[in-house]
Amino acid sequence: MRKIGLLVAGVAALGMALGQANVIKIATQSPLSGPQAALGEQIKLGAELAVEEAKAKFKALGFDLVLVPYDDQANPDVGVANANRIINDPDILGVVGHLNSGVAIPSSEVYARVNLVMVSPANTNPRVTDRRLPNVNRICGRDDVQGPVGAEYAFNNLKVKNVFIIHDKTAYGQGLAEEFRKRLEALGGRTVAFVGTEETSNFVPIINQIRGARPVPELIYFGGIYSQIGPFVKQLRERGLKTRLMGGDGLDSSEFVRLAGAQNAAGTFYTTVAGPVSAFPKARAVAQRFKQKYGKDMEGFGIYAYDSANVILAALEAAIKANGGKKPTREQVSQEVRKVKLEGLTGTIEFDDKGDNKKAKYFVMQVASTGNWADNKLIRVIEMAAPGSR
Amino acid sequence: MLEQILALLPQVIFDGLILGFVYAMVALGYTMVYGVLELINFAHSEIFMIGAVVGVEVFRYLAPHVENGFILLLIALILGGMVAGATAILVERFAYRPLRKRGTTNRLVPLITAIGVSFILQDLVRLIEGLWHNEFFLRMRTVEDLEGSVELFGGAIFAQTKSFILMGVSILMLLGLTYLVNRTKLGVAIRAVAQDLSTASLMGIDPDRIISRTFLIGGSLGGVAGVLFALQYTTITPYVGFLPGLKAFTAAVLGGIGNIPGAMLGGLVLGQLENFFGTYLPILTNGNFGTEYKDVVAFLILILILLLRPQGLLGQVVKEKV
Repeated sequence: MRKIGLLVAGVAALGMALGQANVIKIATQSPLSGPQAALGEQIKLGAELAVEEAKAKFKALGFDLVLVPYDDQANPDVGVANANRIINDPDILGVVGHLNSGVAIPSSEVYARVNLVMVSPANTNPRVTDRRLPNVNRICGRDDVQGPVGAEYAFNNLKVKNVFIIHDKTAYGQGLAEEFRKRLEALGGRTVAFVGTEETSNFVPIINQIRGARPVPELIYFGGIYSQIGPFVKQLRERGLKTRLMGGDGLDSSEFVRLAGAQNAAGTFYTTVAGPVSAFPKARAVAQRFKQKYGKDMEGFGIYAYDSANVILAALEAAIKANGGKKPTREQVSQEVRKVKLEGLTGTIEFDDKGDNKKAKYFVMQVASTGNWADNKLIRVIEMAAPGSR
Repeated sequence: MLEQILALLPQVIFDGLILGFVYAMVALGYTMVYGVLELINFAHSEIFMIGAVVGVEVFRYLAPHVENGFILLLIALILGGMVAGATAILVERFAYRPLRKRGTTNRLVPLITAIGVSFILQDLVRLIEGLWHNEFFLRMRTVEDLEGSVELFGGAIFAQTKSFILMGVSILMLLGLTYLVNRTKLGVAIRAVAQDLSTASLMGIDPDRIISRTFLIGGSLGGVAGVLFALQYTTITPYVGFLPGLKAFTAAVLGGIGNIPGAMLGGLVLGQLENFFGTYLPILTNGNFGTEYKDVVAFLILILILLLRPQGLLGQVVKEKV
């Protein structure tokens, strides 16, 4: 009898622990292992810092705030499996993520089933918000602006006409490359070739194509991630080709310099939707705390993840107040996010009816020759409204 | 279009040759193990990868201390070969031998074991490198001595020092292996075990020892190939062995699996096909098919060759063993 009593007490305690009324969790989903972990970790740590800093405030409101990181491995299947686990944890009221559009699109459909809000610091594919899901938001820019921004800079400022375009065949890389091509051709430039590749080590066939291409390309545009572009650039320069190179925000990681070699990477242009610390005066102090806490430099996606988490936290606070101090539902948080107007590190964050930031920033950058990612030159900042859905 | 193709042709053939030699070196390991055990040792791809990782680590730690790049490379080749060879022996000892001892006759069981071992090795390396350096992409350190390049035939071919090293080493490997198999006592024993395991053991040969040595030799060759691969293509991940391994296996089949010169020839043919279509597909199809289809086309041609000559290019029609 006594044993049964203990068991009952134990089960009751477990039940209380599982469904604690005063715990609120924020989840992150990004690649924490594998090829893209360097970018994904920034997202996790940025969100973690914001949550740590808000803990005291939520304690005062009567809630324990917890961050739960999930590793989507940059893989849609893993992302969806995690998303199912996330929606089954009733304490999770918001998700910061993902890194890859290809993962965010299917995963966000899972969140949508329970109207769990997602705020993305990094997903740039137009389809992420063009589906008009009420729970999906992003604070960064879109590829259908990022690609054209690159094309315009190349055509108008670099005076480049013939471009050799390569992409990595993903939703992100190919989408970006196509948007680049469209604008380039509209401006009067010419695509010498448009090539996709999943290759990770041997880029010789593509390099030979570049050598043999007529007209001679004045620029190579690579829509993809640093893990591929790094070795590509190394082999390209080793073979004596000095053609200028441009990429998108997939290039925006110090790992690019490590893989390509500082000398080979120097001078590479890239557009990004997540500017460096130097582009945001307000981010300097946060970046210092970040470095102190994690021993790593805060890069672009870290800053955007910090802001994304703060958007969710602001909405949570509003929802708790509207709910009379009680824990809000996911639906309520989701609605509050669309009403947020926040002065973040990256500027004003305010969503349109699709979930795009009303005005997102786009940056044109150039890799420094010092090998230090923080030294990269900020060439231009463009603020642009998100285009209407197509 | 023709002009464009011809202008690049010498370079394409040269680069295809380099890639072909990489496949050939790995194919040697597949073909040896198959010759002796009739086992398709898929874990050989990971043995190759381990060689590449050892190469990167040797360069990382010894480059500041060893001034001469060629000596450094020699150390890397020896260590890479040794570690890979030792891994191959361990794999044989703990994964394949127990199956053999239990008299498993189903051919699928060792094959599936091989696939399993290959996953284990991948994740083991990933774990070790993750804990050790927190790196996923291992980058081969650049050493000045090995970075030279020349232009041959008035600039028609751009060739790097390391490409010549790669070619030289793989030709040495083929010659050494041919000598070993045909002219030495160990070679005779290997051929005897390959012919008939139980009869060989009646003749005073310890088959376990011979099989172990076969794995050692095949594994070391794979490891050396891995080091040279890392030197040539510079970025290595724990999963880098998979595709070259699969292609090397194909090369071994194309050449006539079990046949050593055949493996070499198969590797070279595959390297040429892949590089040729990788470069020319967009030009030939006017941009409709990009480089991404190079493997499809290369493998289609392989299937065609095998339809016409199922035993492989240099393979003989297998007669029933008596």
